[in-house]
Amino acid sequence: MKRDKSLIAATLKDIAPDLKRIERRLFLRQSLSLGALTMLSGCDLGSGNAVQGALDAMSKWNDGVQAALFSQTRLAKTYAPSDITPNFPFNAFYTEAEAPVINGKTYKLQLSGKITDKKPWSIADLRTLPQESQITRLICVEGWSAIGHWGGVPLHVFLDRIGADKTAKYVGFKCADKYYSSIDMPTALHPQTILALDYADEPLPTPLGYPLRIRIPTKLGFKNPKFITEIFVTNDYPGGYWEDQGYNWFSGS
Amino acid sequence: MSKAGPPKSHPLFVRITHWINALAMILMIGSGWRIYNASPLFDFTFPREITLGGWLGGALQWHFAAMWLLVINGLVYLIYGLVTGHLRASLLPLSPRTVWADTVAALRLKLDHTTGRYNAVQKLLYLGVLALGVLVVLSGLAVWKPVQLWWLAALMGGYEGARLVHFFCMSGIVAFVIVHLALVFLVPATFLPMITGRAPAPKTNEANE
Ligand code: HEM
Repeated sequence: MKRDKSLIAATLKDIAPDLKRIERRLFLRQSLSLGALTMLSGCDLGSGNAVQGALDAMSKWNDGVQAALFSQTRLAKTYAPSDITPNFPFNAFYTEAEAPVINGKTYKLQLSGKITDKKPWSIADLRTLPQESQITRLICVEGWSAIGHWGGVPLHVFLDRIGADKTAKYVGFKCADKYYSSIDMPTALHPQTILALDYADEPLPTPLGYPLRIRIPTKLGFKNPKFITEIFVTNDYPGGYWEDQGYNWFSGS
Repeated sequence: MSKAGPPKSHPLFVRITHWINALAMILMIGSGWRIYNASPLFDFTFPREITLGGWLGGALQWHFAAMWLLVINGLVYLIYGLVTGHLRASLLPLSPRTVWADTVAALRLKLDHTTGRYNAVQKLLYLGVLALGVLVVLSGLAVWKPVQLWWLAALMGGYEGARLVHFFCMSGIVAFVIVHLALVFLVPATFLPMITGRAPAPKTNEANE
């Protein structure tokens, strides 16, 4: 295809000032929309605008993608004792000094929801169950990670023992610090998901969640609640402290 | 350089995927910087005003939403470019000799610019940024799913290694964008053809020679 170049050139020359203006306007509009984008992002989560709706919908979609990607038999990498991070970091929505101090002698783990035997459990009771230990990496949603040595009862063992309905969708956790979270049943039944009682072969220190936390090496750190006071099984989406504010619910690794 | 070959300006699929990619990249880089700030790898953070998402949770939502736009658009570009031969025709052949020759020519301001036909330096930069684009996605997937995609994470030196790879790929892409935009400002006649697909007025080209 041969076009008459000189004609096009002439026409272009005629409209060159216009083109320049359009060009400048396009640049301007681009920078404007960049500014607008940053403002949009400043909006509160949950303010109900269309952009936020789309982001929430994508987050739900990503829950599904991660559930499909998740394998109940694929294990998180385990490490040697020499890899353990010294001074395992404390992290919560409050300072370390505000961490709840729980009396392990009187403590009882409450059970509710789709569970046959809802009798509360003491720490001593939990220690009579089979124990597992693991040296795994905890990855925080913020980006840092730390390798720690955790010990306790595999959650699937515990769920079997209390007659939990394993066809239910969710296992939820309520904590002494008002934190709460929930996980999908396949992750709850994963062999490395444990109700942790120990850190480095000693009862959990308070900053790490004494007397009971959940340790899930296939999920981000905020899905590993500490100071657990109640476990429940349900089909109604329970959400979570951060999840309700916008962190992705599945948050698998 | 040979005068025969590729089209006068940019094919429609290149223009569409280019601008979608520009948008996706702005979203990914802006949100990535906000994610970075939550736990900086190095001794600096990005100014809040140039990040996207408002807080870590918002930035992650943007990052994991826009990644679909980036990846699907990128796949369309790569597959279409491979099938139609556009990639080969416009980015190959490439040899150290021609890169050297064109670099020297460019430094002497003797390199001509023909919209839609790339010199060796451009080819090298475009191929380089495409490779970085693939790598930033792969390292991103490794950081996102270090357990399920353990083999990918292992390739990148584990979770922490993948985080570094991810960051350096971003840095390389940002460096490319800066040079890319600087060149567009220097030769503004290259801008409109990326939208219209029409070659600019020949006069502008002559002026650059
Ligand atoms: C499919 C594509 C991608 C995926 C799955 C992905 C995934 C991720 C994930 C999971 C993080 C969080 C890491 C952390 O918590 O520190 C992250 C951080 C980040 N991403 Fe991406 N990403 C993708 C593409 C991109 C692109 C295209 C860019 C920019 C060119 C980008 C720039 C960043 C930056 C700057 C960070 C912060 C780095 C850090 O602090 O670790 N990402 N990305």
